[in-house]
Amino acid sequence: MSDPMKKTIIIDGVEIPFEEGQTIMDAALAADIYIPHLCHKPGLSPHGSCKLCTVDVNGRAVSSCTMPAEAGQEIANNTASLNEARKTITQMLFIEGNHLCPSCEKTGDCTLQAIGYHLGMLDGHFPQFYPRREVDASHGSLVLDRDRCIMCELCVRASRECDGKDVFAISGRGTKRQLVVNSPTGRLVDSDIELDDMAAHICPVGAILIKDHGYEVPIGRRTFDLHSVSETDLDEVILKKTKHHDQEHETAEKEGGVYGV
Amino acid sequence: MTPYSSEHLLHVLHAHQQRFHYISDQAICEIATRLHLPRAQVEAVTEFYAFFHRSPRGRFDILFSNCTSCGNLTLMQQLCDRLNVCMDQTSSDGLISISQTSCIGMCDHGASALINGLTVTSLSEQIIEEMGNLIESETPVSAWPTSWFQIGNNIRKEGLLLTEALEPGAALKAIAGRSSDEILNEITASGLKGRGGAGFSTGLKWKLCRDAASDSRYVVCNADEGEPGTFKDRILLNSHADTLFEGMTVCGKVIGASQGYLYLRGEYRYMLDALLTTLQNRREAGLLGNNVLGSGFDFDIAVVVGAGAYICGEESALIESIEEKPGIPRIRPPFPVTSGLWGKPTVVNNVETLVAAAGIVLHGHHWFETSGTWQSKGSKLLSVSGDCARAGIYEYPFGVTVAQILEDAGAEDVQAVQIGGPAGRLIGAESFTNHIAFEDIATGGSFMIFDTSRDLLAVIGNFTHFFDHESCGFCTPCRVGTTLLKNGLDKVCSGHGTAHDIDELQRTAALVSRRSHCGLGMTAPNPIRDGLKVFPQLFEARLLHQEMEPEFNLDASLEEARSLTNRDDAEAHL
Amino acid sequence: MKQLKKREVFTVSESSPKVRVATTSLAGCFGCHMSFLDMDERIVGLLEHVEFSRSPINDIKHCEPCDIGLIEGALCNADNVHVLKEFRDNCKIIIAVGACAINGGVPAMRNHFTLKECLEEAFLDEIGVDNPHIPNDVEIPLLLNKVHPIHEVVKVDYYLPGCPPPADAFVKILTDLLEGREPSLPKEMLHYD
Repeated sequence: MSDPMKKTIIIDGVEIPFEEGQTIMDAALAADIYIPHLCHKPGLSPHGSCKLCTVDVNGRAVSSCTMPAEAGQEIANNTASLNEARKTITQMLFIEGNHLCPSCEKTGDCTLQAIGYHLGMLDGHFPQFYPRREVDASHGSLVLDRDRCIMCELCVRASRECDGKDVFAISGRGTKRQLVVNSPTGRLVDSDIELDDMAAHICPVGAILIKDHGYEVPIGRRTFDLHSVSETDLDEVILKKTKHHDQEHETAEKEGGVYGV
Repeated sequence: MTPYSSEHLLHVLHAHQQRFHYISDQAICEIATRLHLPRAQVEAVTEFYAFFHRSPRGRFDILFSNCTSCGNLTLMQQLCDRLNVCMDQTSSDGLISISQTSCIGMCDHGASALINGLTVTSLSEQIIEEMGNLIESETPVSAWPTSWFQIGNNIRKEGLLLTEALEPGAALKAIAGRSSDEILNEITASGLKGRGGAGFSTGLKWKLCRDAASDSRYVVCNADEGEPGTFKDRILLNSHADTLFEGMTVCGKVIGASQGYLYLRGEYRYMLDALLTTLQNRREAGLLGNNVLGSGFDFDIAVVVGAGAYICGEESALIESIEEKPGIPRIRPPFPVTSGLWGKPTVVNNVETLVAAAGIVLHGHHWFETSGTWQSKGSKLLSVSGDCARAGIYEYPFGVTVAQILEDAGAEDVQAVQIGGPAGRLIGAESFTNHIAFEDIATGGSFMIFDTSRDLLAVIGNFTHFFDHESCGFCTPCRVGTTLLKNGLDKVCSGHGTAHDIDELQRTAALVSRRSHCGLGMTAPNPIRDGLKVFPQLFEARLLHQEMEPEFNLDASLEEARSLTNRDDAEAHL
Repeated sequence: MKQLKKREVFTVSESSPKVRVATTSLAGCFGCHMSFLDMDERIVGLLEHVEFSRSPINDIKHCEPCDIGLIEGALCNADNVHVLKEFRDNCKIIIAVGACAINGGVPAMRNHFTLKECLEEAFLDEIGVDNPHIPNDVEIPLLLNKVHPIHEVVKVDYYLPGCPPPADAFVKILTDLLEGREPSLPKEMLHYD
């Protein structure tokens, strides 16, 4: 029996406790339940933009990294349909940028890639956008390759909230959004970023890289070559092109009928 | 508080754009320094709003509306041809630039455009020809025929709100001596719901804001009506501004705010001077400012003008915009009623809602609740446009049928009606007996009519392009999904789609609807989804009956190589 | 999930007891083929059940009706498109093999530049170029404006990611198909690099 005084939520049938002020993601992480996420990092303010942590709370889609936990929430997380939706979102992230893993020195340590592995993603599914984005190699120790940026804004928040600076921002609108540098020239070398800033290391993909250290660990022996992003084992990956979906949750649209006219 | 702050970032950028025709890298640095803002914030704002440009525009900068009701791209092309310029390319002498813009709210005035930010309506081939001459002779816009800039109200049917013009101060005098609770009860009892379309109880919103712990609160009026086909707030701002400001003041009194903001869409900048004059008159009459009507209540209103971003109609994006940032919708919860402008409890209400609130406190809740339906009290202003004899503003009690509206507007051979704009619903004749009401067809007020001569797929394509253009890009499903939907629908519309592409559209649409961060993404797939549901035969008629068609035009993809090699042999084609 | 029976999948030639496989490399480096051959002695066992049509392994120039087509490489020119279509027309199952076939891979890095920039750099402006001109012999396939993955042009049935996919992955996918199973990979064989 659960303690009636203790506040709990239920994730995939498992009752877990939470404390006032925690989000669903906070509570899940504390209980060792993995909810896929890219733009979230404990310690930084939640963002809710990547939408990989989408869960269904009492049937309603919410981002678990921003939704406060509330007693009585019944949350679907690790379900086939949610993982399919997440895989589609991951594919969207892959095709909107230029994520060419074999040519990226972050390969094997890249969280986007690891999420793709975790969700059994085989292909980009959609036509590639192949955007043309600028590289900023001006800095002596860091390189900014916008091709791989997924707009998670971890670097933006890390710089502001941890480093006490304001090195990065996102500019533009829609698919034209891009990471910009807050320096007089807009170049990284003229910003006040330093190598031990958290913003220099937090990038989950290969958009912000430390120069000259890319191949210290050989490919094949890197983090996600050896470990799952969730640290739980995935079943075998079916190689068939899967269909993405979110249709089965649709409620029938109201077809009219005014009450009280 | 200045009623129109010349130091607000959006206003500074506007003034700079007007003067120098673009915002250069240097200008961004200078503005950032002058306003004590991070350079990246100024850059981000500049690149977010469509009316700011990073490369020079012409001395005559013309934005043609591409709305299905107030746009006519044939006329745009005529002007391009006449002046020998290409769309989106500023002429080399810096004289002229011509581009498209989303609906500018002139749907009852035919083809319309913004010329250096000023609205011209009722464009025709003849006017375009004359315009070409005026531009060539570099005649300043101020010397152009004034008749081109006339904007009428086109009120076709008046109801509760439009019949009377409140005497300035009438509502404030009516609440004098009444407690916050009493006024709130009046609003709540009237059953007034938000007129933007979502239909949240206005009384409850005010109460939640009032009861949120804080030392200060704000009233914000959302006059960013960007939904294509909507222009009813234009009429209220033009002819009922006093009532609107009265409604804001009443709200301020109830919730305990001393400052209000009117967020005016950039397309309506032509009304700014008149609105500021009205505010000044009210101040002089003691209806605004310190000690309103001697009641000891201080309240003032400032205007912030947007710069071409539909998303700023979303209340938290609007708040961000007032805070001099890109209009990115915030995480909810917390909602603005507890954490809004500058983190303080804030009521954000639609223009029409605040006008109605002023009427309710003056006349009492019975005046309002006896109109409409059981669940939708009062009246609704509809902006009727498209294929009909009498486009304009129609105020009906809630519950009116679509068929009634079509008849009143003189619409014939109607194929479809888009209600609530692209974010709303597309309905066919089988739904014309339905009613305008929150419990049936809810709408912010857009009512676009398409007769049988229209290519409805082109209309759906137009709406789908609109969302792709207006997506703020914050969340993955909407940022990428709206572009995928645009590309997929274009493929189908151009006759290159297969059943597989329709299937893909359906699935992507479902994901974007369900998983997006805000209302824009949640509604962006509506035109496609409704179209497939109500008019599937239109899509099927365009389909190729084969397993798959390439995602790009293979032969066109060789064009650049053909030109570089001067080849045109059989092997040079696919 | 529906289990595919061998008979249902491979009914091309009841007369031929063997499953016919074709392979090709479009805009690729043949690395996937190398990795395929890395299955070493296991290829002997495979050949008891499989025969090869068009493939760089045997130099057969055109694809006959086949059961399985393995496609390495991206689409970079007109010839790649012709070959891909020939495979799709003749193969019951098309498998996109490797990063290039699946998302353009390394060849797609040229999408950063216009075709004009690429050709001018290579044939006109590069130091050491003599007789600078952009080759225009009719025998040379024209380049596409951009490099594309193969699923943008034909329907693809299965994907085998990796740069290259490991030999074990080839063995696994072919064994699954031969034994009438929906092909799958154990997680440790799934990688994009």
